[in-house]
Amino acid sequence: MSTLTTIQPGAKIPKDQQRAPRRKTASLAKTRLTNRWATLAALVIAALWTIPTIGLLVSSFRPAQQVRTTGWWTIFENWGFTTDNYTAVLQAGNTQLTMAGSFINSIAITLPATVIPLVMATMAAYAFAWMRFPGRDLVFVLVFALQIVPIQMALVPLLRLFAAGELFGVPVIGAFGSAGYAQVWIAHTIFALPLAIFLLHNFIAEIPNEIIEAARVDGASHGQIFFRIVLPLTAPAIAAFSIFQFLWVWNDLLVALIFADGAVAPITKLLAEITGSRGQDWHLLTAGAFVAMIVPLAVFFALQRYFVRGLMAGSAKG
Amino acid sequence: MNTSRRGKFYASLATLGAAALVLTSCGGGPGAPETTAASSESGAAEGKAEVTVYGTIADTEAELLEKSWADWSKENNIKISYEASKEFETQIAVRAQGGNAPDLAIFPQPGLLGDLATRGFLKPASDGVKANVESGWSEDWAAYGTVDGTLYGAPLMASVKGWVWYSPAEFKDKGYEVPDTWQGLLDLTAQIEKDKGAPPWCAGFGSGDATGWPGTDWIEDLVLRQSGKDVYDKWVSNDVKFTDPQIASAFDEVGKILKNPKYVNAGYGDVASINATAFGDVADVLVSGKCSLHHQASFFSGFIADAGGTVGPDADIWGFVTPSMEAGGNSVTGGGEIVGAFNDDPSVIKVQEYLSSADWANSRVKLGGVLSANKGLDPANASDPLLKEAVTILQDPATTFRFDASDLMPGSVGAGSFWKGMVDWINGSDTDTVLKAIESGWPSS
Repeated sequence: MSTLTTIQPGAKIPKDQQRAPRRKTASLAKTRLTNRWATLAALVIAALWTIPTIGLLVSSFRPAQQVRTTGWWTIFENWGFTTDNYTAVLQAGNTQLTMAGSFINSIAITLPATVIPLVMATMAAYAFAWMRFPGRDLVFVLVFALQIVPIQMALVPLLRLFAAGELFGVPVIGAFGSAGYAQVWIAHTIFALPLAIFLLHNFIAEIPNEIIEAARVDGASHGQIFFRIVLPLTAPAIAAFSIFQFLWVWNDLLVALIFADGAVAPITKLLAEITGSRGQDWHLLTAGAFVAMIVPLAVFFALQRYFVRGLMAGSAKG
Repeated sequence: MNTSRRGKFYASLATLGAAALVLTSCGGGPGAPETTAASSESGAAEGKAEVTVYGTIADTEAELLEKSWADWSKENNIKISYEASKEFETQIAVRAQGGNAPDLAIFPQPGLLGDLATRGFLKPASDGVKANVESGWSEDWAAYGTVDGTLYGAPLMASVKGWVWYSPAEFKDKGYEVPDTWQGLLDLTAQIEKDKGAPPWCAGFGSGDATGWPGTDWIEDLVLRQSGKDVYDKWVSNDVKFTDPQIASAFDEVGKILKNPKYVNAGYGDVASINATAFGDVADVLVSGKCSLHHQASFFSGFIADAGGTVGPDADIWGFVTPSMEAGGNSVTGGGEIVGAFNDDPSVIKVQEYLSSADWANSRVKLGGVLSANKGLDPANASDPLLKEAVTILQDPATTFRFDASDLMPGSVGAGSFWKGMVDWINGSDTDTVLKAIESGWPSS
């Protein structure tokens, strides 16, 4: 409301602004943000933020000898470019796995490890928000509390569960092999669920009661409400979270180190080894970083709209 | 309307997710190596068809390692799949506890092997491995695979530490002689400094989160040479503390070179620049001649080759072992790997036996870059003159060999406070403060 009072009574107010105060706030924000100084500040920040990345990019094309002796900012004094680093990175690998194979592995790990927790979390979040059952709040608090458990604590028991099918020494499931995608998927799903449920719950709970009630009056079942109303309305939040989850799984090394052995190792694991036994090939890291960065960059740019919309949608209420 | 079409899209997305869930519950999923399936079919040997090996050796060296056993693996119809990890030290404990241990692990630190052995994860060595160790390795070496009187593993490769690298051409021009005493080395340093008017030594301690380890090699060399092997062994077991005057005097001797701004850091700057320089980068200034002397283990010959130099008595760069206090000393420090087994399957034992044999040592050393302390190794197989010399040192019965102390100490010291202490020491902290700090890293038990 404070924005209304700033407008002088005699000032000309565009008609659409008079009608919709929300849109006026937005346009005010727009004029403020398109201010010359704000633009300048944004440009400076953007430039500062990009410098390290540019440095990485320049370094990745410099010969090993020069990377070791001089910094990338001396590129004009020590001119010289090569694509050897990229060739070396792309040829990296061991007898079990090539770079291309690990790239495929990364995709094969990341896609299910993004889809599975999202599917489960959306349904769980709906249940927590719109279904009444005894102990609902308690269970929700417990799920939320699970976020506090550090991932490192769960690694060994989870590994034992997969390898021996035991939980605290009690047989629970049939043990499945020491390697394979399944255990990475399950591990990532488990670690992602608490936050996913919590975020999506907050979003789904914000859907106006009237909409859900109207659907109920029309005789819609939970399934229909979920698929016809909740899912379309939460699309931005789902998209935002799926980007988060995708990037987190793609960049993950810890979970991969423990659950993705040998032939199913993702690209991060292979990159961690390209520097050699004694780290002597560290000049390859810059090129490796760019190879691994391609997919997250593509995902981010392709889904950027949803990302921003998802964040905004969560913040601007009513 | 639009929403209903979207609804269908989400519905199919959900089904896809559900299908994926069903998939996960039915086992290994795609990409799982067929270990379980293959285990039953191999007729000749009763063991499994595939043996997994886990270690720290990565990249090019891992390829050579795999090449070294390729023929044997084919002959014996046992597939050996090797996996490397830079996080081996933590990973191996996690995998052992999680019941997902590899069949064989190549331990670069005997202390870690001992730790896993006392916790009951490792299987004692078979009779075949025992026989190989008895015939192939000295007692010093066998002791590093032995925990509480039981042999758990055989040594694999070895490296000799404490080489001082120099340029033979420069020595010839200026008439310098390779010193045979520590004092001789200090005199030589002073002489070069005078002639050159610039620091003769270069050093680099930088190594990511392991920064400082090249400094521990210096100290270990001096402790062994100054105070002898008994003090060295007691130092490793903390019966001689870091705060002991004998250790402090080793620091003082090293400090005569590394903390003297006139002697370091050739090509880089002052004393403090040692910490900022990556240990491998030093090869560049050494080859270019800016730096006259450098202290590093035998593996450094690979870095010199990368920097465009050749290694040999008459080539660009050559090395001598850090001299002892008295002329004619024969103590060297070094490193190596021990192969331990988590599984007593017949195939696993067979592979472990093969890796402990002289056959394997010759096969691997022939491929270049490394050496082994196995007595059955033919020095002629060593790829370069330096490795040949190192093999003769290792095989000489008069040589006192001691394993790198920081690899034998518990991780909190050997890979923790000792490294950190070296960094602080170079940054200017005084020796007493640093020694107290290192000693406090020792686990209280």
